Amino acid sequence: MSSPDTGLEEVSEGSEPASDAARDAIVATLAEQLGEGLVASEVLAGTDVWVRVTADSWLEAATVLRDRCGMAYFNFLSAIDWMPSPFGRDMDAQVDLSGEDPEVDPEPMAWGVTGGSTRFQMLARVHDPVGHIGVTLKADLDSDDPRIDSWIPSYPGADWHEREAWEMFGITIVGHPNLVNLYLPSQFEGNPLRKDYPLLARRVKPWPGIVDVELMPGDGDEPDDDGDGS
Amino acid sequence: MNDVANRNQLAYIAAQASDARVNVEFESEGMTLNLGPQHPATHGTLRVIVKLDGERVLRADPMMGYMHRGYEKLAEVRTYPQVTTLVNRIDWLGSFANEVPFILAAEQLMEVEAPPRAQWIRTILFELSRIANVILFLGDMGVQLGAVTPVFFAFRDREFVLNQIEAVTGGRFHPNFDRIGGLKDDLPKGWIEETTGVLDRIRTFCDEMEDLVTGNEIFQARTRGIGVIPAEVGLAYGLSGANIRASGVDWDLRRDGGVGLVHDQVDWKVWTHPDGDSFARYWVRLQEVREACGIIEQLLGGIPSGPVMAKVPRIIKVPAGEAYVETENPLGVMGYYVVSKGDLVPFRVKIRSASFNNISITPWVLEGTYVPDVVSILASLYFILGDIDR
Repeated sequence: MSSPDTGLEEVSEGSEPASDAARDAIVATLAEQLGEGLVASEVLAGTDVWVRVTADSWLEAATVLRDRCGMAYFNFLSAIDWMPSPFGRDMDAQVDLSGEDPEVDPEPMAWGVTGGSTRFQMLARVHDPVGHIGVTLKADLDSDDPRIDSWIPSYPGADWHEREAWEMFGITIVGHPNLVNLYLPSQFEGNPLRKDYPLLARRVKPWPGIVDVELMPGDGDEPDDDGDGS
Repeated sequence: MNDVANRNQLAYIAAQASDARVNVEFESEGMTLNLGPQHPATHGTLRVIVKLDGERVLRADPMMGYMHRGYEKLAEVRTYPQVTTLVNRIDWLGSFANEVPFILAAEQLMEVEAPPRAQWIRTILFELSRIANVILFLGDMGVQLGAVTPVFFAFRDREFVLNQIEAVTGGRFHPNFDRIGGLKDDLPKGWIEETTGVLDRIRTFCDEMEDLVTGNEIFQARTRGIGVIPAEVGLAYGLSGANIRASGVDWDLRRDGGVGLVHDQVDWKVWTHPDGDSFARYWVRLQEVREACGIIEQLLGGIPSGPVMAKVPRIIKVPAGEAYVETENPLGVMGYYVVSKGDLVPFRVKIRSASFNNISITPWVLEGTYVPDVVSILASLYFILGDIDR
């Protein structure tokens, strides 16, 4: 494939049926191999595919993808905390909220593609370097004691990603040989990427960039402007 | 005759035994060597704790976090246009390229497409940042192995590329030029001719490197067969970019399913190398700089006319959804997994940076190598600390 034109032609024009068949086949293989383990899946025609598996079949799903779907390439592994931030949405506010009580009514939890049922969701992606298709995997975790099997037996590259997920979200990785902090100091307390972990800088000082979301002059109500008065 | 052979054999066994004993003694002592956090060979603050047995590396543990800035958390309290300012600082040598996949992910969620002219200029700047990034590697690779001259050449010629980026974006290091729906501005007058001149300089630089470094005996001795990464191991660790292409994997997102950029409009080649050693990684990058010059030159000749900005609302709210977009950045695959809930701010941004995966193979690849090769291997994997720590 030394000529790039032919390669891209396939992707951009004749692609839709071909790559969708490929993506559907991946979902079908997972459904066949995991059975009940596959909870939900979504194929976005010609763009992407998401699958949600149970936490118990997390490692098995990786093995199936690697061995039977050609997903030799480990892309990334992380997690999502679906809880809406208990501190409100500072950026939406037109005024500085930092002096007020940060506890606001939490919104109901809402999930993204393929849905969800618990607060924490694992998020990982693997890729087929020959067929050029990537798969995003998700798995719901227990809200109180999130834990999941390590992917290291299938993809050794998951090592550091799992350590990051462990320190940032507090997700216990079962079977990880070296579960220590990757970025944070060893005495660090808390899991910074959880939504209930406050971004202290924002709590003590309003973000100056907040002006960006205010209306600009001539765009509706003009803010009081006493001239430049220098 | 037979006696002589036997005697030789016995002498050999004795020598082996004494060597073995010496090794055992070394092993019992062991030694821990701290490479970094401030080490000239680490481009920033990567600290590698190396456990040695004599000159041999028993175990290498990179320690990160000296530059962790928490962009994933910060992005959750920034509006979409503000996030580009953050992600600019991930791979600071090729800043513009960091913005592109994030903007593309947001565009995918908003179902907006940049006008053709914006896509072309984006691709040109994308490739210019590749040159700005990779030629520093080419010079740096020499300096790591004791050749001081190449790095001066690299900085000298990189300046011309940065000038071109500055002329368009106003920023040498952090352009912050990409916008959802297009670009901030059009190209300045006369820029195309100037850039063509710069490309000639870069081509000359590549030839100089070829003369000065590639054929150098010392360079060859210190890189050939050093730090060999087989393709399947590299894939399982998520290596990308020139690192994986140097292991013979013919995979480049610019050609294979990349979105939003116009690499498919020009004629170019993906270079691979079968060896997978330090030399192969150096060689592939050298070819990629040349190839990038060709890509830019062809694109410059055919920039379509028209606006550089699509019609987007001034206050950008991204519809709820999830998108993952990755591009072939100078250091490798860079992607953003953006989760939106329909707000001004992203709900979650997972930044998949190339160097984090590229460097996660170091414990595997450094095991059993020798101390001088550690430097050569780390240099050839080519990481930017900001791209590891994010």
